[in-house]
Amino acid sequence: MSDVAPAIELKGISKAFGPVQANKDISIRVMPGTIHGIIGENGAGKSTLMSILYGFYKADAGEIFISGRKTAIPDSQAAIAAGIGMVFQHFKLVENFTVLENVILGAEDSGLLRPSLSRARRELKNLAEEYELNVDPDALIEEVGVGMQQRVEILKALYRKADILILDEPTGVLTPAEADHLFRILENLKREGKTIILITHKLREIMEITDTVSVMRRGEMTATVKTSETSPPELAELMVGRKVLLRVDKVPAQIGRKILEVKDLNVTDDKGVHRLKGVSFDVHAGEILGIAGVAGNGQSELLEVLGGYERATGLVKINGEEIDLTGAKSDGQSRRARGISHVPEDRQREGLIMDFHAWENTAFGYHHDAEYQRSKLFMNNAAIRKDTEEKMARFDVRPPDPTLEAKSFSGGNQQKIVLAREIEQNPDLLLIGQPTRGVDIGAIEFIHQQIVALRDQGKAILLVSVELEEILSLSDRIAVMFDGKIMGERMPDKTDEKELGLLMAGMTTEPRGLLHEAVEAQLAHAGGDAGKEV
Amino acid sequence: MDVMPKWADVVLIPVISILLAAILSALVILAIGENPWEALKLMVDGALGSTYGWGYTLYYATNFIFTGLAVAIAFHARLFNIGGEGQALIGGLGVAIICLFIPWPHWTFALLGAAIGAALFGAAWAAIPAFLQAKRGSHVVITTIMFNFIAAAVLNYFLIGALKAPGMEPATAKFPEATHLPSFQDMFNFGETTFFRGAPANITFFVALAACVALWALIWKTRLGYEIRSFGHSETAAKYAGISPTKIIMVAMLISGALAGMMAINNVQGEAERLVLNAVEGAGFIGIAVALMGRSHPFGVLLAALLFGFLYQGGAELALWTSIPRELIIVIQALVILFTGALDNMVRMPLERLFLSLRRAKNDGRTV
Repeated sequence: MSDVAPAIELKGISKAFGPVQANKDISIRVMPGTIHGIIGENGAGKSTLMSILYGFYKADAGEIFISGRKTAIPDSQAAIAAGIGMVFQHFKLVENFTVLENVILGAEDSGLLRPSLSRARRELKNLAEEYELNVDPDALIEEVGVGMQQRVEILKALYRKADILILDEPTGVLTPAEADHLFRILENLKREGKTIILITHKLREIMEITDTVSVMRRGEMTATVKTSETSPPELAELMVGRKVLLRVDKVPAQIGRKILEVKDLNVTDDKGVHRLKGVSFDVHAGEILGIAGVAGNGQSELLEVLGGYERATGLVKINGEEIDLTGAKSDGQSRRARGISHVPEDRQREGLIMDFHAWENTAFGYHHDAEYQRSKLFMNNAAIRKDTEEKMARFDVRPPDPTLEAKSFSGGNQQKIVLAREIEQNPDLLLIGQPTRGVDIGAIEFIHQQIVALRDQGKAILLVSVELEEILSLSDRIAVMFDGKIMGERMPDKTDEKELGLLMAGMTTEPRGLLHEAVEAQLAHAGGDAGKEV
Repeated sequence: MDVMPKWADVVLIPVISILLAAILSALVILAIGENPWEALKLMVDGALGSTYGWGYTLYYATNFIFTGLAVAIAFHARLFNIGGEGQALIGGLGVAIICLFIPWPHWTFALLGAAIGAALFGAAWAAIPAFLQAKRGSHVVITTIMFNFIAAAVLNYFLIGALKAPGMEPATAKFPEATHLPSFQDMFNFGETTFFRGAPANITFFVALAACVALWALIWKTRLGYEIRSFGHSETAAKYAGISPTKIIMVAMLISGALAGMMAINNVQGEAERLVLNAVEGAGFIGIAVALMGRSHPFGVLLAALLFGFLYQGGAELALWTSIPRELIIVIQALVILFTGALDNMVRMPLERLFLSLRRAKNDGRTV
């Protein structure tokens, strides 16, 4: 024990939501001037703990000490007064305000805005120089990239004199280059004596930047260790409670005939924004084509077009036959009939109806199938229930009760319900978006195995994911999307995160060498604007 | 996982809500210097104390079942059909035309014909707002309200014009004898003892019961019902599954309009035996409360319609025999709507907390 008081000390924090014990007797000490990671699966209670620290929730029991002094934090104002700043996973910014206006929002000096604005402008300049936190103070939030939006969130906290900064899953929306930039900022902040708490579920980030790490599992703090004295497998085991396979085991792909052919696909949305700009690629039997890219660069539209519920122009052939893209003669039903299954990116909004029972969800999209009908008019609910029970057993859905509503399953089990439904249709082509988003590590392993198994049966798989690690470990070929275009294709064993990261940021690296280095140097130097194009 | 057992959700909460509404109503009656206990006795006696009272209660309930079901099916597609009033009015127009201009040999055929006519006219009246919603995104709440006014004007136009019978009144001629539906008085006549003497309840009540069962099967057992419910829960998911929003909006609204229109076989063909102005008398709006209270479940709608039938008939008796003004009855009805519909959470939240602590006590500190 050092004689310096911890920046934050929590003692015996407990919090229950109804029957769920979100936090159970949690104690933690974060020393000043360190980066402390909190890692755990979805639902482990990380966000609840931080919300208690930021005054959003009141703990049922326990005490909070800030710099050795016992502090009550009834609301976020008190948290700010205590020097705590929070950067949420979903930014809390006013879209049609400028950066500057967002920074002073809620911290105006007086009724008149002008003095506050000019003071903020000076301060922002200082902060930018000090921490490499470059922003354009007069840009509108809706016009800047997510990287800069995140920097605005950090600046908001620093402007309010925060000494303790909490970041909740900060890299979820960033390209690798932007994430590196963020980590440099965090290092600078640490050097200036700020204390940082980083909440994440990514082991790599923990290993890369934190000094100490606390692991949470099912509402409890299972361990706090020095980062230098631990390893990713050990952390994963602490998170899940058993040994997990971090790499995906797979045999080389047996590439077969061409299943999906996409040529010059263009999509313009309702607002007239050009979302897909001449996308072309093929997917073969027995192959996983991974589409990498930062969220919002056209991947969703691509899946929607292929899934039959977004209109497009261009040419799409499945098994050599052209399919209708105008929406006039086709919809999700006719796509399924053509042998296309689709695990959508957002299972809670698209893939499942959260208020429906598991068995009702199993028929979803396939409710016209003959096996689910009793007569021309009536559905055979008993048959669907029985089918669901069998699927739940094969995909290890827990609890295996078809009469539970979808919303009562965990994220991983919800995803297994969707996966069971789509994979067991025995499709020629599986479209799968963000297969493990919001899914616990234990289930990730299972889901990855299922995808690879389907590939080994000779099916074509189009995988869209914003997790670069997932793309690299699953794909047999990788295409990178940026701004509605495919920036290039790479083989997973002949590329790395750095190269893909540059492609994801819209920088072509085709002539490797001088230009490549120049771009990298530019990125490192002007890092502040790298996110702007995204 | 469910916080409360199902029986608490479907029985306990409505009962507590109604009791709260009753207590508040009692206070209001006390405040105007009447005895609430006497008033309650009078209401119960007037609505349920005789077959005559029952005959009125069930007659009103029949109206509310149809309009309640109409709102309920639209709710399942997350559409708020406020146009039950207008659809029922136009349904009446359909009934009148069919009864007046077709020479029916027997009431059974007339009932069938009138039911189809009422449903078609009601559905047609709902079709325009439905189309505007599905294709142009004009909100059905707004358009169906507007269509209520247009319906009233249309009816007015016909009742002082083409369909007007000779005389001073803006009404059609009396329908021919062969179209008259058997009333409960005709059906439950056992020589010496005649039940339901003089009451308007008629065979349509059984049509309404059949409609409840049919709608229940449609919503929970058929593919169409499955698609309607899917769309109602999540439009994005419905699109993903290949369910056409346009089709579901149209179909759900057409069924809704047809059900509202079918109310006319009760009040126009069964009771008045001619079409008069404002024949619906607000039943279209009561249907919203009935559907809310019945949680959009056909059997819930049935129970809620019976309750509102009781309130209607009991309230009329109260106004007849005491100095409690007719308006107060509307206050009581409004309180019931307020507590069962709008203030649902006021009862639900404490009850959920109660069940939670009960369960936690039972689990004895074991983490769930």
